[in-house]
Amino acid sequence: MAEQMSRKPYVRAIGREWLTRHPRYLRYLLRELSCLFIGGWTLMMVWGLARLAQGPEAWAAFLEALRSPASVVLQVLALAFTVYHGVTWFNLTPKALPLQLGEGFVAERAIAGAHYAVWGLLSLLVLFLAGAF
Amino acid sequence: MAKSNKPIVWGPFAAGGTLTAFLTPVLILLTLLAALGHAPDLLAYDRMHAFASHWLVKLAIVGVVFLSLWSAAHRLRITCYDLGVRADTLVATIVYAIAVAASVAAAAYLLLI
Repeated sequence: MAEQMSRKPYVRAIGREWLTRHPRYLRYLLRELSCLFIGGWTLMMVWGLARLAQGPEAWAAFLEALRSPASVVLQVLALAFTVYHGVTWFNLTPKALPLQLGEGFVAERAIAGAHYAVWGLLSLLVLFLAGAF
Repeated sequence: MAKSNKPIVWGPFAAGGTLTAFLTPVLILLTLLAALGHAPDLLAYDRMHAFASHWLVKLAIVGVVFLSLWSAAHRLRITCYDLGVRADTLVATIVYAIAVAASVAAAAYLLLI
């Protein structure tokens, strides 16, 4: 029962001053903040499912609400942040999934590149299947 | 042996992170196109309703919603900690509860379709 031990572990207070210490810390925070946009947009889609279940008028009203200027700005920001999340995620894949082939390892650029290729093809496929063209 | 619930929390986070990297940008692009007046055919009521009526699609949508929200919740929890919020148990409870509740709501709405 680790929680019931009588000793008091030292908890170091951490403020926000680390953020500005190096540009990479700021980029790290930006990447992490993508979660607000991914989560927010997904909650919007859950709301869309509710409207879809209510019938044609409710669905039309949902699509109309998507067109408000605030919603457009949010979606543009959400798109930018998710693309940034995707890029950082795929750039990490050579570290997360190193692939050994015989004596050596597959080049890092090949592993990340394969992910980018699948990403591009999948996106085109979804656009095509959804009738966006 | 020390027990840890970290794999249970982290597994869906990694799965959701991969899923949102591959899929979420193009899905946002679809709603953005609709918002700009170029709605893809799929978003017409009849098409969308028929699409969401299939049980396999319902299952896929709930899966996408849950993994997206869980990974977002996990990141938000870690970010709160990084920004100096030390009430981790409280933050974790709130963000994971929202993710689970919204996923259950999505499943309930899909059952009405």
